[in-house]
Amino acid sequence: MKYLHLVWAALFRRKTRTFFTIASVLAAFLLFGLLDSVRTAFAQASESVAGANRILTMSRISFTMSLPQSLLARIQAVPGVKEVAYANWFGGVYQDPKNFFANEAVSENFFSVYSDFVVPPEQLAAFRNTRTGAIVGEALAQKYGWKIGDKIPLQATIFPQKDGSNAWTFDLVGIYRVADPKEKNNEQAMFFNWKYFDEARQFGNGAIGWYIEKVDDPANADRIANAIDAISANSDHETKTQSENAFTRSFVSQFADIGLIVAGIMSAVFFTLILLTGNTMAQAVRERIPELAILKTLGFSNPGVLALVLAESVLLVLLGGLAGIALAAVVVPAMSVHASGLLPDNVRPNTWALGIGLMLAIGLVVGVLPALRGMHLKIVDALAGR
Amino acid sequence: MSTLVEIRNLSKVYTRGKQKIEVLHHIDLDIAKGDFLALMGPSGSGKTTLLNLIGGLDTPSQGSLSVGGQRIDSLGEGALAKWRSEHVGFVFQFYNLLPMLTAQKNVELPLLLTKLSAAQRKQNAAIALKLVDLADRATHKPTELSGGQQQRVAIARAIVSDPDLLVCDEPTGDLDRQSAQQVLELLQMLNRDHGKTIIMVTHDPKAAEFASHTLHLDKGTLVEQATQV
Ligand SMILES: Nc1ncnc2c1ncn2[C@@H]1O[C@H](COP(=O)(O)OP(=O)(O)O)[C@@H](O)[C@H]1O
Ligand SMILES: [Mg+2]
Repeated sequence: MKYLHLVWAALFRRKTRTFFTIASVLAAFLLFGLLDSVRTAFAQASESVAGANRILTMSRISFTMSLPQSLLARIQAVPGVKEVAYANWFGGVYQDPKNFFANEAVSENFFSVYSDFVVPPEQLAAFRNTRTGAIVGEALAQKYGWKIGDKIPLQATIFPQKDGSNAWTFDLVGIYRVADPKEKNNEQAMFFNWKYFDEARQFGNGAIGWYIEKVDDPANADRIANAIDAISANSDHETKTQSENAFTRSFVSQFADIGLIVAGIMSAVFFTLILLTGNTMAQAVRERIPELAILKTLGFSNPGVLALVLAESVLLVLLGGLAGIALAAVVVPAMSVHASGLLPDNVRPNTWALGIGLMLAIGLVVGVLPALRGMHLKIVDALAGR
Repeated sequence: MSTLVEIRNLSKVYTRGKQKIEVLHHIDLDIAKGDFLALMGPSGSGKTTLLNLIGGLDTPSQGSLSVGGQRIDSLGEGALAKWRSEHVGFVFQFYNLLPMLTAQKNVELPLLLTKLSAAQRKQNAAIALKLVDLADRATHKPTELSGGQQQRVAIARAIVSDPDLLVCDEPTGDLDRQSAQQVLELLQMLNRDHGKTIIMVTHDPKAAEFASHTLHLDKGTLVEQATQV
């Protein structure tokens, strides 16, 4: 510890250069903190559903595989299941593919299971009584200026109508609101009657996308999920019942191997970082050869000089890296509320641990050659400027 | 008077590629404890090489070299480093202070290798700075000091761990006459009042006058032997 001021002084000998190097390390570890948090969230996709009062059942093989309608009664019979709703992904496009929002065909009791999506009773009644009725989130309605009574045309991307036409038209009969301001991003969806969808679609009739179960007691969620999956065990439509957040992640995982993407990006980032900080350290030591020679003259040992330079490069990476992950720890909680479970509520301890491990490793890797050079310098040559 | 430095048949050969250059030829020399010796000679005659050998910064190719009764010619690199930290103080032409550290911290550097507490290190460094008359510059960085002041800080660093021997390689070579005078008086005082044995390489005959006597080196050979041992 008594040598820390030496390391510190060496590090800030060239303030601007050190500042920019630390800034790049910070940026790299901010990115690491964010991406590894995403990866962590996905790695925990098989986490327990304990504590959830709503769980979702989908095909174990793929989100795009549907489930038989016959499961409905059997799921309803599982002890602890209070109510079961179901839905199908429609994937319709409003005017332009850029206008992406979720649109789903849902069972009549959908809004009873999603009681946090609040719909005025008369609008809910209109939804039940209107074959082509649809309910949209308030935020979505505002975005496109929709009012109750409007006709909303969607272009089907998966399900044509019986006559082969992709043009579906829905009547806007209701607008739902989400009370919790943190969940406002859930107001971006459109729901319409499953019955209409099923009767009008050309193929796949009777098949269900996923089931949504409301459970009597969140503490029983794990047991209930297992019981539901047991129904279809060893059948050709095995199911996976999970929490809503895990469901979202499974959905995204259909499109990408998050772990691989994160590893790929971070390898490129850290490779660049090693070149950059390695160059900084090499330059820093080259400039300081006479100073290191003086330390050796005064009696500093070879291992001592080696340790000083390594400490310097480790400190350089630690300063930037810890600041980077700390910044990620500010950003992640703020983003997490809008990320539908794609981010954990904060940077997890395992991300911190992995990050600090990487900082130490990178610090040592970039420090080792300059440190060896400092250690092996010949005092008399260095003093004479040879 | 007892002998501090005893040099017998000392040679130094540098190898550059296939070429071998013998820089010092069979030197015999005794330096008494408490001596203030000036070492003069033309450029390239081997003064720095000899001084570095005596200070334990390099090892001879041949011959024996003992300081304070201890053979240092056969010490390994690690042992030599420890020996230097305990027995020798170094002063160079270009001061060689660490630019990022204050005068105080520069002087404390050698004490980091001792078991002294932070408070004791601070106190000893303050005493050394006072001795070179720079107590009021303790918090200054080298760039905030004149050349003469920097050299006095370097001298404080050289004496802070109280070594018996000071080796000075052209300590006034980069200074104006007045600053040089101050530095030389300081060295003289350290020799006279504190009993430091000093070996000083210099080009300047005026500087050599401050020493108790002078030796001349030419092409790696001593041309005059010490008159008194
Ligand atoms: N490390 C070295 N490698 C090769 N030659 C050296 C080395 N050190 C010194 N020399 C040579 O030894 C001679 C004496 O050098 P030096 O002791 O520095 O002389 P002085 O200090 O008297 O000017 C010079 O010719 C110098 O070039
Ligand atoms: Mg010289």
